Amino acid sequence: MNSHSAAALHEHTIARLSAGLAAGEFSSEELTRALLARIERFNPPLNAFITVTADAALAQARAADQRRQRGEAGPLTGVPIAHKDIFCTKGVRTSCGSRMLDRFIAPYDATVVEKLAAAGAVMLGKTNMDEFAMGSSNETSFYGPARNPWDLDAVPGGSSGGSAAAVAARLAPGATGTDTGGSIRQPAALCGITGIKPTYGRVSRWGMIAYASSLDQGGPMARTAEDCALLLGAMAGFDPRDSTSVDRPVPDYVASLDRPLDGLKIGLPKEYFGEGLDGEVARVVETALTEYRRLGAETVEISLPNSSLAIPAYYVIAPAECSSNLARFDGVRYGHRCENPKDLLDLYTRSRGEGFGAEVKRRILVGTFALSAGYYDAYYLKAQQIRRLISDDFRRAFQQVDVIMGPTSPTVAFNLGEKADDPITMYLSDIYTIAVNLAGLPGLSLPVGFVGQRPVGLQLIGDYFAEDRLLNVAHRYQQVTDWRQRAPAAFA
Amino acid sequence: MSLGPAEVAKIAHLARLAILDEDAPAYARNLSAILELVAQMNAVDTAGVAPMAHPLDMAQRLRADAVSEPNQRDPFQAIAPQTEAGLYLVPKVIE
Repeated sequence: MNSHSAAALHEHTIARLSAGLAAGEFSSEELTRALLARIERFNPPLNAFITVTADAALAQARAADQRRQRGEAGPLTGVPIAHKDIFCTKGVRTSCGSRMLDRFIAPYDATVVEKLAAAGAVMLGKTNMDEFAMGSSNETSFYGPARNPWDLDAVPGGSSGGSAAAVAARLAPGATGTDTGGSIRQPAALCGITGIKPTYGRVSRWGMIAYASSLDQGGPMARTAEDCALLLGAMAGFDPRDSTSVDRPVPDYVASLDRPLDGLKIGLPKEYFGEGLDGEVARVVETALTEYRRLGAETVEISLPNSSLAIPAYYVIAPAECSSNLARFDGVRYGHRCENPKDLLDLYTRSRGEGFGAEVKRRILVGTFALSAGYYDAYYLKAQQIRRLISDDFRRAFQQVDVIMGPTSPTVAFNLGEKADDPITMYLSDIYTIAVNLAGLPGLSLPVGFVGQRPVGLQLIGDYFAEDRLLNVAHRYQQVTDWRQRAPAAFA
Repeated sequence: MSLGPAEVAKIAHLARLAILDEDAPAYARNLSAILELVAQMNAVDTAGVAPMAHPLDMAQRLRADAVSEPNQRDPFQAIAPQTEAGLYLVPKVIE
């Protein structure tokens, strides 16, 4: 190692690590060892990882170093990352944050895992998450909550809370996440990092444990938009094994990062700045918008009139799809099985009753009810019609503006336990993110300041397949501000 | 729409989900609150609005009816709760 001390490697972004590896400043093995040491030291208070795969990580790092010597390295070769424990990883426990899958060793790799491994990325381990991705605080995890590195009394957000905490605390320079109603963007906001939920169908869902199939989408979480561009470039693409994967070329997300913002038209939905938004969060978001105007963008007020219907529609559609998807956990072929079942019905009901936590059960019950005989039209069909109205609102808006901006979350991170007993209050935490999933649009959250010690995220919403534009718009802001460089004091 | 513990028990049976009797009132309360939230949808007239099943309004792609996966019975059964002679074991269903 030349000018770099092992202690400093964790401070680098993926782009910087990639350059350092290419220049031979340090090896992937040195880098991986440094991060594993940090995980050993800092994971106990954070609980960001469910499983750490130290031996496999070092083996992958050595393989990456050899690949580089052969002259076959790409930008991610030798870069360590973490995977949300919703992605199947061959030979490694894939728990989905649930007792149901506590002893489930995935027999195959998810497409996302396979693609990142093929790019040479090194897997450090599997990150904590709300059980089956159902939650906004990481508190529904069977393994206990992950904590927010900015304040250990605060939640990291959810469901990809472990990934957000790991990246914010510099235990990993990047991680994968999934987003069904805000599960990449909300934890990214609450932990002060950058995360993007791509257009529905952009990233393969194969091997990504299903929650609500018409909404689920995987994406990257990292410190900067540039790092997200590097990761998304490797994750995205057509996959014949996912029937909703979109067959469309993946642009070079890094190449378009520097495009100037002159003339960019930013829509500010008046519904995202009204009642329910914390005043201090609003002030921080307004400061960020001023910075965008300084960069040459123009802001106009727009309206997404059906915004208030997004949460009601989501809590029909997502539970309905979840009740169907989670029917596969029957205690027969894999997953938790109860002791001494007296008959097949007892085997099913008790295995599921013991294997699932309270929030998962609530959503299965809501979904089962909504899909039960006589209620289909009143609930699922109605919700799908509202989904159309919400989607049409966005279509109209994008005839007028290039991107939409607003707060990612109505408040900064709340305290552990604060909302745990009241599901409805918890659901409202995703009020600005859920509509984006219903419409299938790409959305990004980037850090734009603090209220006290807790970070604030700005949400960028783009038109279909405009991931390149969102990353570009986030990147330009990050070139003229330094929020992305702030590290939580306890984990600097 | 408000649900009571007896209705929760019925839905739980449909979902093949064991719910403890003492937990049923809390589930009934939570489910009723969620359905009350969901009822906000009724404020909007959606007559004539086509339901949206796919965010991109795309049709499901079909593939050729050809073998695409190798036989992985052994690795799959290695993670099963109970197997014997290549079969998954469950409690007796036929007396």
